[in-house]
Amino acid sequence: MRLNRPITVAALAAMLVLATAACGGGDGRGSGGTITADGSSTVGPFTTKAAEDFKAQGGVDVTVGISGTGGGFERFCRDETDISNASRPIKDEEAAICADAGIDYLELTVATDALTNVVNPENDWVDCLTVDQLKAIWEPGSKVDSWRDVDESYPDVPLRLYGAGTDSGTFDYFTDAIVGEEGASRTDYNASEDDNVTVQGVAGERGGLGYFGFSYFEENQDRLQALEIDGGSGCVAPSVATAQDGTYAPLSRPLFVYVKRSSFDDDENVRDFVAYMLDNGQTIAEEARFVPLSDARLAEEQAKLEDATS
Amino acid sequence: MSAQDPTLGQAGTLALPRRRIRWGEKLVQGILFLAAAVSVLTTVGIVVSLLVPAGEFFREVSPWDFLTGTTWAPLFEPAQFGVLPLVVGTFVISLLSALVAFPLGVGVAIYLSEYARPRAASVLKPALEILAAIPTVVLGYFALTFVTPLLRDLGVQVEIFNALSASLVLGVMLIPTVASLSEDAMAAVPRDLRQGGYALGADKLQVSTRIVVPAAISGIIAAFVLAFARAVGETMIVLIAAGQLPQITFDPRETIETMTAFIGATGNGDVPTGSIEYKTIFAVGLTLFAITYAINLLSIRLVRRFREVYE
Repeated sequence: MRLNRPITVAALAAMLVLATAACGGGDGRGSGGTITADGSSTVGPFTTKAAEDFKAQGGVDVTVGISGTGGGFERFCRDETDISNASRPIKDEEAAICADAGIDYLELTVATDALTNVVNPENDWVDCLTVDQLKAIWEPGSKVDSWRDVDESYPDVPLRLYGAGTDSGTFDYFTDAIVGEEGASRTDYNASEDDNVTVQGVAGERGGLGYFGFSYFEENQDRLQALEIDGGSGCVAPSVATAQDGTYAPLSRPLFVYVKRSSFDDDENVRDFVAYMLDNGQTIAEEARFVPLSDARLAEEQAKLEDATS
Repeated sequence: MSAQDPTLGQAGTLALPRRRIRWGEKLVQGILFLAAAVSVLTTVGIVVSLLVPAGEFFREVSPWDFLTGTTWAPLFEPAQFGVLPLVVGTFVISLLSALVAFPLGVGVAIYLSEYARPRAASVLKPALEILAAIPTVVLGYFALTFVTPLLRDLGVQVEIFNALSASLVLGVMLIPTVASLSEDAMAAVPRDLRQGGYALGADKLQVSTRIVVPAAISGIIAAFVLAFARAVGETMIVLIAAGQLPQITFDPRETIETMTAFIGATGNGDVPTGSIEYKTIFAVGLTLFAITYAINLLSIRLVRRFREVYE
């Protein structure tokens, strides 16, 4: 049998190309004209919307991951991303890791959120829960398994809980505000970093109860209903107005982006994008169904950016 | 590697005067050897990369607590590392889906090998191949957004994420595997046996179920075990449709979490490298590997035990 040489050569060439391609795909860092962002799934839709608009205006590509606030900071402090989205301020431990890695950053508030508790549309027995009731449901070791356990007047429908995964800032913020200790939560619920899983769960379960950022509720208003929350001074519904003026307590919160200082200083594209995100933040917030910053707050953040640029 | 010396021709012809080194031949041989080596090296690599972090995990968590604990909450404070809920979840899913896939798959195989006219087979076989080609992520959403509501309409009180619809869809996904392996086994049954059956007055059903199936039983068992092992390892369908709530329950209407779903969801959640949460992924992975390996060993033994050998 004679060898068919051209074919062998072609096969070898193909293998080489494949091998090179496989090796070349290793480094996903945002150096060559793209910007990498990761972090909170709550802030994600905001940054994604900003990235889309920025791109449409002729800006560079911005890739936005949603691995949770904690997951985002892990990557940020490993120097893998330019921007970290966060639905809570950076923790001291995380700041220390960043400092060790020599990563300096800018903290900017880009929008406000009303952490929203949602139930199934078929739920006709509850409109408002007190913080104490929420605490009884969510605290570690909680044995509340039926709506009747929440309140005598509620029907005996099994309570199905859906909530944020432990890597998310929403989880940290919610447990801190409701249970009173950050990270303290019952464990026997569907925990997912992906808020869409919570949407599906509560929308599909008559006795479902879940929580996530306001924008996910706004996006899914036809499949879910939001609960009013009584933080001690009467029931307040989550809305743009109540989040901005802080009356939706204790679950209204600022949302942040952290910008890596070196990217900001060295990369014009990062500077442009951050400025764009802030200057158009109120519009983006409305488009992405977030609660925009109040004018006063926006001026504060813009001054911060001004300082950093000069 | 049977042709030892390519320079020797037909019997009796003289050897070539000069041994020419055939570089092309050597090259092809080398490439083929590499192809074989890659699969072996990959397996070794996987085992090593599983063992190292898993070993570190078991230095912090005792294997006994890991294997017998009944609460799985590795990402919470205080963390609990009882893997049983995940193992039970995996077995409920695998068993149920095998129960769906096995009778249907063997039924298809009997039909294709004994009954189907060529025209019917020429439609059915490609259809089965299409079924095998559907991406599992699509099947997962099919289970969540179609099968679960359908079950509820039929009056089955399932939770939105439940083991039942995931198993049903996974079972359907496995039908082509069971069917094609079983059909191969049945096609290998000698024609004489069937003719002998007919000669003794058996009808087609009797020949199929009492002669062909028992004669092909080793292949059918292998198909079943392979389907079961694939169900144990399947990730996407259970991640999407069965939920992420690790609990020990044998009620398929409830939400569960399998080992693969945990690995998939946690790997995706970007837990910090080197942390105990991160090593958890490998400990679960190693458990999963041990289980599938055991199943494969079992299948080899079963096949040997039941093999019918024909001249």
